[in-house]
Amino acid sequence: MSGIPHDHYEPKTNGEKWLNSRLPIVGLLYDTLMIPTPKNLNWWWIWGIVLAFCLALQIVTGIVLVMHYTPHVDLAFASIEHIMRNVNGGYMLRYIHMNGASLFFVAVYIHIFRGLFYGSYKAPREITWIVGMLIYLMMMGTAFMGYVLPWGQMSFWGATVITGLFGAIPFVGDAIQTWLLGGPAVDNATLNRFFSLHYLLPFVIAALVIVHIWAFHTTGNNNPTGVEVRRTSKADAQKDTLPFWPYFVIKDVFALAVILVVFWAIVGYMPNYLGHPDNYIEANPLVTPAHIVPEWYFLPFYAILRAFTGEVWVVQFASFVTGGIVDAKFFGVLAMFGAIVAMALAPWLDTSTVRSGTYRPMFKWWFYLLIIDFFALMWLGAMPAEEPYASFSLIASAYWFAYFFVILPILGVIEKPELPPETIEEDFNAHYGKADADATPAE
Amino acid sequence: MSHAEDHEGTRRDFLYYVAGGAGVVATGAAVWPLVNQMNPSADVQALSSIRQDVSGVEPGTQLTVKWLGKPVFIRHRTGAEIQEAQEQDAEGVDALPDPLARNLNLNADAPATDANRVMPSPEGEAPGAWIVQMGVCTHLGCVPLGDAGDFGGWFCPCHGSHYDLAGRIRKGPAPENLPIPPVEWVDDSTIKLG
Repeated sequence: MSGIPHDHYEPKTNGEKWLNSRLPIVGLLYDTLMIPTPKNLNWWWIWGIVLAFCLALQIVTGIVLVMHYTPHVDLAFASIEHIMRNVNGGYMLRYIHMNGASLFFVAVYIHIFRGLFYGSYKAPREITWIVGMLIYLMMMGTAFMGYVLPWGQMSFWGATVITGLFGAIPFVGDAIQTWLLGGPAVDNATLNRFFSLHYLLPFVIAALVIVHIWAFHTTGNNNPTGVEVRRTSKADAQKDTLPFWPYFVIKDVFALAVILVVFWAIVGYMPNYLGHPDNYIEANPLVTPAHIVPEWYFLPFYAILRAFTGEVWVVQFASFVTGGIVDAKFFGVLAMFGAIVAMALAPWLDTSTVRSGTYRPMFKWWFYLLIIDFFALMWLGAMPAEEPYASFSLIASAYWFAYFFVILPILGVIEKPELPPETIEEDFNAHYGKADADATPAE
Repeated sequence: MSHAEDHEGTRRDFLYYVAGGAGVVATGAAVWPLVNQMNPSADVQALSSIRQDVSGVEPGTQLTVKWLGKPVFIRHRTGAEIQEAQEQDAEGVDALPDPLARNLNLNADAPATDANRVMPSPEGEAPGAWIVQMGVCTHLGCVPLGDAGDFGGWFCPCHGSHYDLAGRIRKGPAPENLPIPPVEWVDDSTIKLG
């Protein structure tokens, strides 16, 4: 990998040389694992490993669950109960897979907000950010389709509502919706294709993860100061960094162990806490549950979808300008996807020259408000569609867009940032003392 | 090849475009079956038509039947409900969020009056006694609840859309009135859908 100067793999034995001249795979793995990593990374930087673990966990448990699951409208619900009651350890595998999805999203949200606070999305890491957003979109698609597979009431009606979003597209919406469903309504054809795609997408995610890692190994990691590693010489770079193995691997694995203690406690003692009881009722196309709620990790964006009803002036204005092509329904869909696009555009919307939020006195408060806004939207998404929640949803949705499209561009101009340290070494010594700084690995 | 001058390039350019065009067509031809396989299969497409005996549906009650994988509401309205629906009518269709009847048995531009929403009544029954509509909220496809909402008709619990006694959207995020499927009387007590 290019970027920060460091020692590369040198094949020593004849066997290593033989392999290296034919396939330099050991060198590739060595350089990836020994990547110089800023030594001042704090605990917010452990979530990448947690995410990698989640992807592996979901793929492994998913593959074995498929050995017992039947994707058919008449048999799917029963096959889930078969897994829960008859398959050896099946209930545990399914509970891990169910809650593994939640851990996956906890980790991805913290990972994303880490990036938003420390400016990890800024040049030169835009590609890393965009690929990350693609991974996040794929995760949402995979999780949504996975939730349909048990064929419970929430599976069925969640699928109906979400595929209905595509039906809102002007002119071609109905044709697209029918194409996605394979019929006029959610039915066996839908279940089968969702099963196929739910199996496929994690492998697409795995490929994108490799691109994600490749991109930030090229630019180097960001760090809490947002100051770049010195690349003037190998010696300078070594003052700012430590190799990923063993230093950060040990740190990340320790953090993962702590997180897994909580995870196992949830899987073991309250496995259905994050689920919805209605999904233990078999799907019925003639009865809608009184209150359709998506999984918790979709709630913030679900709240944005519902916030823009026909009574809102922006919606009426959009409808008027487009001659009715953009109606309230389509506007809600645009707002929901727009909320994610807004995040993806952050590298170009943020005008500040300082990368890390630590040194941006005004930005900090707007960012903390965004965190509160995110949780507020999550809460509102679970509330029924009535007052006062509707008005709160509208305000919270407005702030989400304002943060990205108004606050980020303006702050860069009017804010007077504090001075970040000159080097990562300086920041490290200020926090951990000079003595620890000598703990660079012996060559 | 690259240093061949323009006067030499005509034939090459032609071959280049033909090869490129053939490649595009071949790719499209290969991708189309992969896309098209997701469209409704023949058994799903076989547009089914069902007959429903409604002799047991007393005034003031509603029957829900499944047709094309979706619920259909067959409502037998009482005299009071007919009157109430026609009073809603008097406010004028232009005041409604969706002024069109959305009735597949009528022209697409028919206005959303109560008369344009109901079925013709069988002999011996008051006009407007029967209304048949898809039980699918035009917002995001949930099944609305009967006898509920601010307008005495249907209420969608998912995102709070209120429909009146003629299934017309009055309040909430849904953009259109409940659609009315192709429907007719076979005899005095049997309805044919589709």
